[in-house]
Amino acid sequence: MSIKINRPGLLTTIQDLGRVGFQKYGVIVSGAMDSYALRIANLLIGNEEGEAAIEITLTGPTVEFEQDALIAITGGDMSPTIEKVPVPLYKPVYVRKGSVLQFGPCLSGCRAYLAIAGGLDIEEVMGSRSTYLRAGIGGYKGRPLKAGDELAINTPGQQSARLIEDLSTSSNGPFSTTSWRVTTNFLKPVSVNTIRVLSGSYYERFTPESRRSFFGQTFKVTPQSDRMGYRLSGPSLQLSESFEMISDAVALGTIQVPSDGNPIVLLADRQTTGGYPRIGQVVSVDISLMAQLKPGDSCRFKEVTVQEAEQLYLKREHELNELRTGVMFKF
Amino acid sequence: MTRIEESIPFDIYPLSETAIILQFGTRIDIHLHRRVKTFTDYLEKYRFEGFIECVPAFSSVTVYYDPIRVLQSEKNGGHSLSKNRSAYDIVCLHMKKMVGELTEMKEDSPREVEIPVCYGGEFGPDLEFVGKHNNLTPNEVIKIHSSGEYLVYMIGFAPGFPYLGGMSEKIAAPRRSSPRESIAKGSVGIAGGQTGVYPISTPGGWQLIGRTPVELFCPNDTIPSLLQTGDVIRFKPISLEEYNEYKEGVK
Repeated sequence: MSIKINRPGLLTTIQDLGRVGFQKYGVIVSGAMDSYALRIANLLIGNEEGEAAIEITLTGPTVEFEQDALIAITGGDMSPTIEKVPVPLYKPVYVRKGSVLQFGPCLSGCRAYLAIAGGLDIEEVMGSRSTYLRAGIGGYKGRPLKAGDELAINTPGQQSARLIEDLSTSSNGPFSTTSWRVTTNFLKPVSVNTIRVLSGSYYERFTPESRRSFFGQTFKVTPQSDRMGYRLSGPSLQLSESFEMISDAVALGTIQVPSDGNPIVLLADRQTTGGYPRIGQVVSVDISLMAQLKPGDSCRFKEVTVQEAEQLYLKREHELNELRTGVMFKF
Repeated sequence: MTRIEESIPFDIYPLSETAIILQFGTRIDIHLHRRVKTFTDYLEKYRFEGFIECVPAFSSVTVYYDPIRVLQSEKNGGHSLSKNRSAYDIVCLHMKKMVGELTEMKEDSPREVEIPVCYGGEFGPDLEFVGKHNNLTPNEVIKIHSSGEYLVYMIGFAPGFPYLGGMSEKIAAPRRSSPRESIAKGSVGIAGGQTGVYPISTPGGWQLIGRTPVELFCPNDTIPSLLQTGDVIRFKPISLEEYNEYKEGVK
């Protein structure tokens, strides 16, 4: 059982929740830029939430199903269609053998996730199937997907099988889907996104004006943005006094400021350590929001405390738990 | 930031709501490095519930944790009075306790690793520049570079890339004004007063003086990095024939 990539799209890679436990060896975490969307996609179709899926960037691939399959598409809306019929997001979709999934214009967000019941039959490297582009390991041959690639799919688990049974008899179109869906805020168009941030360990070292600008003004995502990090433009952020900074660890969402004064938000493919002053840290639950911004989009930063960030984190995990339980009853 | 006056001074603060930084100082210094190393070893040996991983750097250790598991373990431990404690508070307490215990820790003697290097020629296009910059012949540069003992302060920048201390100032050289688009895997270079080895092919502005046939990044091994924080390394000059033999031997 497999799927075939007829056209690759802009940057289509295999990602899961990342390579955890090897940062002290300089091995980056990688993984889905919007891990929340990836987890939901997997939960919808009865996969383990951390199963590897296909991350799609702005321009989607064309995917041919060589076998019946149960899929879910989440994250940004890239106008997916099967045989010209629009495919709903955030819903389990049963696809018939021979169908071709295509993507159109990007209507919202920047990245979509295509998860397939059973998961992709790909070997783990250091405990993960995520593509580590720079080192050329993980994912499919350590690289983005190309035209002609064939990806083998594992046999779906029991939960998925039940849903497949229901959906396979429910219609004669190129695909069929459930009557239920997950509601999500990602589908709302937003012009200015407010990203919640902890002030970083070097925040106080920036000039009062820079600190005011950081939490008061709007920043724009520049085209020099990728899976490693987003370079932002906006008011220039300057240190009160320059100082010798020595490298230490940086995390997902760390906002560092090189001497040119333009902040960089570090994302999935960030290095493990960094040597620029950290002005802030995007809270975990808002990483999705950040990762769905595309070049030209704007954002503002709002300060929260570490306790608030932790509460948001716990609430988000609680919601995912409820979704997990809710979906289970649907099968 | 909380300042704790224990026998070992350190600062502790959040990097995020799932990571905490322990800072033993703000210098590159062998004593601080030893503290970082000892603490990291200790932490990995006595992992607390919810510990994910830690990243040692020059003078700090960053600890990643899962807030849910930290809180769960606190609950299971019957600490019902500490209901309002955040996972962050709990991890802070774990860390402070561990640093307190650190004074009794014995340091392990460092691992020594020899790295064969084929200097100059096609592999070291900047060897001559480094020599000229310091009024030395290429052979003198090789001799100085390969007679030193280098401490792996930390691994970062790229998988298995060691930040090394201990290079002689006599062979220091500025970075190239325009970086190379791609530097071959195994390249040995100099940038300012630092020397390093590139485990994977990447762009970079270092002055290249040689190349090692040894793999520094081994993704299929249990420990994917040849070098680890705290190792002591030496460079051993080898000929092109030896380099090729080594490469073939691996195949």
